[in-house]
Amino acid sequence: MAKQLAAVLGTGQTHHKAKRLDVSMPGLLREAIDRAMLDAQVGWDEIDAVVLGKAPDLFEGVMMPELFLADSLGATGKPLLRVHTAGSVGGSTALVAASLVQAGVHRRVLTVAFEKQSESNAMWGLSILPPFQMPVGAGAGGYFAPHVRSYIRRSGAPEHIGAIVAAKDRRNGALNPYAHLRQADITVESVQASQMLWDPIRYDETCPSSDGACAMVIGDEAAGDAVSHESGAGGAAWIHATAMRTEPTTFAGRDQVNPQAGRDAAAALWKQAGITDPLSEVDTAEIYVPFSWFEPMWLENLGFTAEGEGWKLTEAGETALDGRLPLNPSGGVLSSNPIGASGMLRFSEAAKQVMRRAGDYQVDGARIALGHAYGGGSQYFSMWVVGSAKPAV
Amino acid sequence: MADVAIVGFAQAPNVRATPGTTNGVEMLVPIFAEVFERTGLSKKDIGFWCSGSSDYLAGRAFSFIAAVDAIGAFPPIHESHVEMDAAWALYEAWLKIRMGEVDTALVYGFGKSSAGHLRRVLALQLDPYLVAPLWPDSVSIAGIQARLGIDAGLWSEKDLAEVAARSRADAVRNPHAQLSGHVEVTDLLDAPFVADPLRAHDIAPITDGAAAIVLASAERARDLVERPAVIAGIEHRVDSPVLGARDLTRSPSTEAAGRAIGVDGVEVAELHAPFTHQELILREALGLDDQVRINPSGGVLVGNPMFAAGLARIGEAATQILTGQARKTLAHATSGPALQQNLVCVMETRD
Repeated sequence: MAKQLAAVLGTGQTHHKAKRLDVSMPGLLREAIDRAMLDAQVGWDEIDAVVLGKAPDLFEGVMMPELFLADSLGATGKPLLRVHTAGSVGGSTALVAASLVQAGVHRRVLTVAFEKQSESNAMWGLSILPPFQMPVGAGAGGYFAPHVRSYIRRSGAPEHIGAIVAAKDRRNGALNPYAHLRQADITVESVQASQMLWDPIRYDETCPSSDGACAMVIGDEAAGDAVSHESGAGGAAWIHATAMRTEPTTFAGRDQVNPQAGRDAAAALWKQAGITDPLSEVDTAEIYVPFSWFEPMWLENLGFTAEGEGWKLTEAGETALDGRLPLNPSGGVLSSNPIGASGMLRFSEAAKQVMRRAGDYQVDGARIALGHAYGGGSQYFSMWVVGSAKPAV
Repeated sequence: MADVAIVGFAQAPNVRATPGTTNGVEMLVPIFAEVFERTGLSKKDIGFWCSGSSDYLAGRAFSFIAAVDAIGAFPPIHESHVEMDAAWALYEAWLKIRMGEVDTALVYGFGKSSAGHLRRVLALQLDPYLVAPLWPDSVSIAGIQARLGIDAGLWSEKDLAEVAARSRADAVRNPHAQLSGHVEVTDLLDAPFVADPLRAHDIAPITDGAAAIVLASAERARDLVERPAVIAGIEHRVDSPVLGARDLTRSPSTEAAGRAIGVDGVEVAELHAPFTHQELILREALGLDDQVRINPSGGVLVGNPMFAAGLARIGEAATQILTGQARKTLAHATSGPALQQNLVCVMETRD
């Protein structure tokens, strides 16, 4: 018997802030979970299993926090899984939850991802020096800046492309009531005037550090069919394709600007979704852009454009909310970055678009959307394609 | 949905301390070679990879990323990771084969407990606001659990020592074991308490180790090995983390998982019981009577590589079928304080 159909029944997220000192970890998670269950109109007795994802445990200072969270996740007495695949974890977690339905094991699964960086110190968590490994010593920005410089040299992109992305994503974030940074008045010029952090990445081109959580309820075909179309909203977000790929952090000849793992994952994804021309067939995409320049880099890696051409789409305004391929209409990682949840936010924001539940940043006529996440040193990739209609078999 | 079978298992020696790194690479490379040799597969034949490990045990963030270096993951691979014992990674791989996305998977787990103070490291699994600041360590919590059972008349210190003596005697035939030998129960009971009423023999030894299992769809498995161990059922559940809110002398999550699968006819059971009294709790929860051979490998009381030991239980139980010694076996894995989370897997031969 083949893979079963699965669909997103509802989504929820917290208000994202630098420090959510008003809530404990259980409180933060329940804010997202309760919204997702309300959105999906399901009760606890209808949840068969729970899948939790987050980035390194050192970020909160709790070993395997899903264990102490079992009661507040509503998981007690049920199956509980904990996923950790670096920055892509929010996406991978959603894919594991989808697998439980696609494999015919469960009917409805709750999945949640979070990071509460204010509980510990992420820079400390990332700064432990294991033996035999080159220390990065400059955080993620210092790690990725050379990749960005390499991209600019290879593609010949003009210097202001990064600022265009940052201004666009932050203005989109201003339309999103849950976003951490909401900067309606930001401009390309103001981004370019901000402090240089890791050449060529400026302060306004970097993601914030956020506390936050994201949750989804994923269900089978019957559960997806039952999602209400009331009050102008669409139905469930049907999962059309999923893909994950990994490659090692370092090896001779590795292309860190346009990694093979990302290209392979995208190729597998489009094939599974029956998409031959992603730029024409995908209506909107939520992709993992923690530093502005990753928008054109991932446009190419995902196959939306040829190599070296991604920045032209950005420069032409085609990735803006009213463009040909609106990218990160929610504001993306540049507007909210609860690390472990950032990938799931991309996946759930893609779902919200095809469910017509994206509010002020709804992309008109969005029927096919991409959710994308990456992690580690651009080496972990997870992605899905969701649609407003069931996939054509 | 496709049936899934175990076709290969290998484990690193269960030693007190390895000189290797905490990312497990030195322990994993040889056992990958071993499972490939046994199944005739190579890394390019593996459709999905999934691992289980812990950053806290490794004392660093992203230890599982470094572990990927043991694979040689280029061209890129389809891969995932759980921050749990690798028995749950096997569950994720089982899903991928079951839904028809892949027809082979390699699952691995690794842990180098010797790198830190395991009792204290595991205290960080507790509620960080109300419990962990008191630093109740894992052995002391197990001691409370054992004491509750003694006070309730469920077992005696002698019963516990008998579990230890049987485990060490069985381990004489297990070349991977850290502890083995024939010991007298009366001698064991002369030893001092570590955490009253637990003595050293009641507590799994601190162990470095790793384990790997190759899974295949039942159809593919027939081409790879003579007697694949077909997974008849695999289920897991979690109990409340609040130690005062549940009866610690029982394991409701194990009971529920076992009931969901059905354990009738099981000839051999490999139980993940890091403390002697926990074996007794698990046997009761699963309804295993004296006819069922318990832990012929010696179980984790003779070697307990964290994050690999649960997977190794599945491997040991599968080996009973792969080698034709049994027709239906059960494996159990646990995680968290005082048996909080439990997985049960039943395997059988299909003629």
